[in-house]
Amino acid sequence: MLDHTMPHQGEARRAIVPALFDPALLARAVPEALRKLNPLTLVRNPVIFTTEVVSALVTALAVQAALAGAAWGFPAAIAAWLWLTVLFATFAEAVAEGRGRARAESLRRARTEAQAKLLLRADDRTQHQPRAATALRVGDLVLVEAGDLVPSDGEVVEGIASVNEAAVTGESAPVMRESGGDRSAVTGGTLVVSDWLVVRITAAPGSTFLDRMIALVEGATRQKTPNEIALDILLAGMTIIFLVAVVTLVGLASWNGQPPSVTVLAALLITLIPTTIGGLLSAIGIAGMDRLVRFNVMATSGRAVEAAGDVDVLLLDKTGTITFGNRQCAGFFAAPGVTEAELAEAALFASLADETPEGRSILAFARARHGLAAPALPPDARVVPFTAQTRISGLDLAGSRYRKGAVDSLVRAEDATLPPELAQAMERIARQGATPLAVAKDGRILGAIELKDIVKPGIRDRFAALRRMGIRTVMVTGDNRLTAAAIAAEAGVDDFLAEATPEDKLRTIRAAQAEGRLVAMAGDGTNDAPALAQADVGLAMQTGTQAAREAGNMVDLDSDPTKLIEVVEIGKQLLITRGALTTFSIANDVAKYFAILPAIFVTAYPELQALNVMRLASPESAILSAVIFNALIIVALVPLALRGVGYAPVGAAALLRRNLLVYGGGGLVAPFIGIKLIDLILSLTGVY
Amino acid sequence: MTLLGWATILLILALIVGSAVPLGGYMARVAAGERTLLHPMLGPLERGLYAAGGIDPAQGQGWRGYALAMLAFNAAGFALLYAILRCQDLLPLNPQGFAGMAPYLAFNTAISFVTNTNWQAYGGEAAASYLSQMAGFTVHNFVSAATGIALALAVTRAFAGGGLKQLGNFWADLTRITLYLLVPLAVVLGLVFVALGMPQTLGDYVTATTLEGGMQIIPLGPVAFQVAIKHLGTNGGGFFGVNSLHPFEGPSALATAVQIWAQNLIPFALCLSFGAMVGNRRQGWVLLAVMLGFVLAGTAAVYAAEAAGNPLHLAMGVDAAQGNMEGKDLRFGQALVALFTATTTGASCGAVNAMFDSFTPLGGLVPLFLIQLGEVLPGGVGSGLYGMVVFALLAVFVAGLMVGRTPEFLGKKVQAREVKLAMLAVLVLPAAILGFTAVSMVLEPAVASLANAGPHGLSEMLYAFSSAAGNNGSAFGGLTADTPWLNTTLGIAMMLGRFAYVVPVLALAGSLAAKPRVPESAGTFPTDGALFAGLLAGVILILGGLQFMPALALGPLADHFTLLAGKTF
Repeated sequence: MLDHTMPHQGEARRAIVPALFDPALLARAVPEALRKLNPLTLVRNPVIFTTEVVSALVTALAVQAALAGAAWGFPAAIAAWLWLTVLFATFAEAVAEGRGRARAESLRRARTEAQAKLLLRADDRTQHQPRAATALRVGDLVLVEAGDLVPSDGEVVEGIASVNEAAVTGESAPVMRESGGDRSAVTGGTLVVSDWLVVRITAAPGSTFLDRMIALVEGATRQKTPNEIALDILLAGMTIIFLVAVVTLVGLASWNGQPPSVTVLAALLITLIPTTIGGLLSAIGIAGMDRLVRFNVMATSGRAVEAAGDVDVLLLDKTGTITFGNRQCAGFFAAPGVTEAELAEAALFASLADETPEGRSILAFARARHGLAAPALPPDARVVPFTAQTRISGLDLAGSRYRKGAVDSLVRAEDATLPPELAQAMERIARQGATPLAVAKDGRILGAIELKDIVKPGIRDRFAALRRMGIRTVMVTGDNRLTAAAIAAEAGVDDFLAEATPEDKLRTIRAAQAEGRLVAMAGDGTNDAPALAQADVGLAMQTGTQAAREAGNMVDLDSDPTKLIEVVEIGKQLLITRGALTTFSIANDVAKYFAILPAIFVTAYPELQALNVMRLASPESAILSAVIFNALIIVALVPLALRGVGYAPVGAAALLRRNLLVYGGGGLVAPFIGIKLIDLILSLTGVY
Repeated sequence: MTLLGWATILLILALIVGSAVPLGGYMARVAAGERTLLHPMLGPLERGLYAAGGIDPAQGQGWRGYALAMLAFNAAGFALLYAILRCQDLLPLNPQGFAGMAPYLAFNTAISFVTNTNWQAYGGEAAASYLSQMAGFTVHNFVSAATGIALALAVTRAFAGGGLKQLGNFWADLTRITLYLLVPLAVVLGLVFVALGMPQTLGDYVTATTLEGGMQIIPLGPVAFQVAIKHLGTNGGGFFGVNSLHPFEGPSALATAVQIWAQNLIPFALCLSFGAMVGNRRQGWVLLAVMLGFVLAGTAAVYAAEAAGNPLHLAMGVDAAQGNMEGKDLRFGQALVALFTATTTGASCGAVNAMFDSFTPLGGLVPLFLIQLGEVLPGGVGSGLYGMVVFALLAVFVAGLMVGRTPEFLGKKVQAREVKLAMLAVLVLPAAILGFTAVSMVLEPAVASLANAGPHGLSEMLYAFSSAAGNNGSAFGGLTADTPWLNTTLGIAMMLGRFAYVVPVLALAGSLAAKPRVPESAGTFPTDGALFAGLLAGVILILGGLQFMPALALGPLADHFTLLAGKTF
């Protein structure tokens, strides 16, 4: 079963996202951006590296012109704006990384330098010696007692204790950890608040969960994801194509005897190559990962986040994901001749001492439906507790005997008769996948309670949204087919897997993958591990077993399997943002041609002024305006890159139409306006 | 422009699309090795060829095997054609006693025909014997076209299923396309051309006495059947130097209309074969629609520019009704010239029925730009389709991320390897065209070939390398192409445009074939609708065309605006 104590952690956490442009964060990003100008690291980004090389070249030309006493203002201005283009790109990346760094610092504080109590013998927990946490090896056994920090990741082999995992999850309510079962994993840096545990260490120093989280949010080990690599190749290819176009221009233009200057060609090259997306590409990736981290999900790689966007099938456990996971009262069915109010009152008293969620839900239903407030348990009441043998519970109060329980048990125990109408109602309840309970007062059956696995509100709409995105949902449950079918219909999933064993899950995943589909699932138990490893996106629960956490490629710190849906959306948003900015960047080129080409050739062919459709003031201001626009657009799009393009589950065709219009159409139009405005400013201020 | 002109254009295009429907299905059946009506007659011949060559047609080849077989076949074809041209004086069927071709020219010409370019640095009637024309040029008109179609089929098969290791058998594809498609069509069309007045003879040239009493030698030859395959196979190499403008090669408006039909038939029909073979007919129609859209736009641009006439002539009081008639023949008229021009350059055919050098600058810009866009509109037989698929993959990749999934085309994920190979292919044209043109414009022996100064001179050089690298073969004119420098560089450009392009494309096909075919869902980028057609057109213009803007600005655009200002060069 999935632990489901904190379903809305993610919601709460999202609310505390710092402002997009926290001034302190920006200030820290500036030196970092300058440090990133190092060509050795920048070479990983072919477009921006090209820009840097060209910037250096134009700078050298400006210096040369100044030394020679020639006009150096224009090359210097171009050089300055080319350098700013590079700087804006590294700045975007630095800002994206900076947003993760604050989180990393808080995590680092939790990384313990404490002394661990290393056990000398496995069967004797009184004999231990101090050992630095960082010196622990995999397989070591340590004792952790109340007040101790867990020294490293491990598996509980003995004992039971409550542990405060706030350092990792942000959730301060302690959770139970015990040996065996599905709650045996402990995380280094968490605090044991009561009792003791014997833990077998499962992570080598430096590779604990906390270490990986820190590296992840800092982006230190960031690898380019497959789509990012493919996009990089496209951008590098376009850079080469435009390099060919610009370099050959020297030969073509020398035919009319007036080849353009290197400065002008440099400006043309940089405005044509896709600097916008090239400059923002890594920021988009880091920000996507960061969104996931803020959402309290840790992905082991960017590859996993991308895969989430590609998912075709979601495998969801019924309990805890689709339903609340415990049966709740959903209706009263009174026997003939009994009013529902009478039945409700009897049910209320029969459940007054029942502390189970089912019992609470009966009280809540009686209050909600019949306005019956549950009184405090009277001191003279005699409680009849539920036992596995009797399968009945209830209360003797003021001379009356209130009982509820499994129908056949109650009928037998109370020697009562079951009215045929009621028997039919109960059969109907069972057929719908719910459980009927009989209620009796003083040996008379008053009616039935319908106990139902309640489908979470709103989940049906979310599945419909997923369907519009082309994602199939499959409900996995241990229930029998009948019950499973009823709940599947109510929740609106596309398919279900009843009486499912872990092997069934694995088989379902493999079958879908064999058809070329990508599968995501959430799981927590040890027997979920093979399926989590097989799935393309395996979201393990932080409260789950160590085996599950290692098999999955994401861990949800809030242990809320429903978040799988949001994970898919974050993955999609990441891909959409990349695509949108790529389209925008490429579409920009049209306007830049109209700005620069007439400016370059106007001395050779004054008639080409006709192509100057923006009516830019002078050749110099036209070229400079295009370069300035090209640099500023990077900064202007940083918020979009970090926040991500808005995503709505409306199906691919509608999404494409909208994004193509906004980012393709916008990309065509925006630079015409932007370049014209910059040109106006340049000419009005008398710069050119 | 006249209503009748447009009616003619639309009628011909409708006939092309109408005939592409049955032919597309037929080609898909031929590609699959299914029986056709022609099998009872040609089946034994096909089996005999396989037996002679030791070919098992059912034995599939991976992309490497397919590429190697294609390269080996073309290398052998090149060597044989080169030998024939060099030794034509020693070989039979040379009634005019032409000398062996010079080495540079023979190199250029052999490459030209092997690559389906048919760039002609020689004048057919003044340099090539009947044997060179028939055993050399006509044979390559068939097999270079069949090679192109075979390559397109191989690329198509990559999308036909998941986890495929093989792309078909090159030898079987080549044989089947030649036997069941090209030969029968060419025979029928050749007879039509004979009926329309083209000569088909092995007799000597005729010596005639003109009305003025002078002597004129009238070249003849086996024209009709070579012209048939010249158009069907988008080869374009004319029997005569002036190509379809010659009265024996383009005897009437009807003949020119049939030629337009023939040079577009297979490229358009292959889109529908593609749709049938990948199991998505709408996809085939979308590719066809994009091609057709560009053809219409190109035709309209040429028609408008040429019908408007030359402003300098109009200022001198020339009758505006005919438009710019320099380099055109009255028997065709502006509409048929415009459609012929847009399709011969869009389709990588390269036959001409008017002289581009005499077009207005904007009219001349259109054929140039259509070639530079990658010869995919509709492109050469086969090469148009696989070029279009490359653009479709790039379009899917650029914009496909915007639906929030790894981009897919027909269920095949487009990832790093595919993007790399597609970009390699796309890089070939600008590198070859702009690179060779730029070098040539600063080399004295190269610019000596130019007839004009200024932007028009640049257009002439730019056009030559565009035509060569695009495997088009049409000439802008005004360029003395038979020089060692141009013969060599244009020959290399043709080779790059064909083989340096298609080898990465085959590798791309191999990579795609091996991938699983992801089933379509509501989350899949829809590639078979109008939206994708628009996107694809945009990507062709931006990724295929933008890099040529500076060169076009310096060439035809500068030519145009200086002309408006009254300047000529």
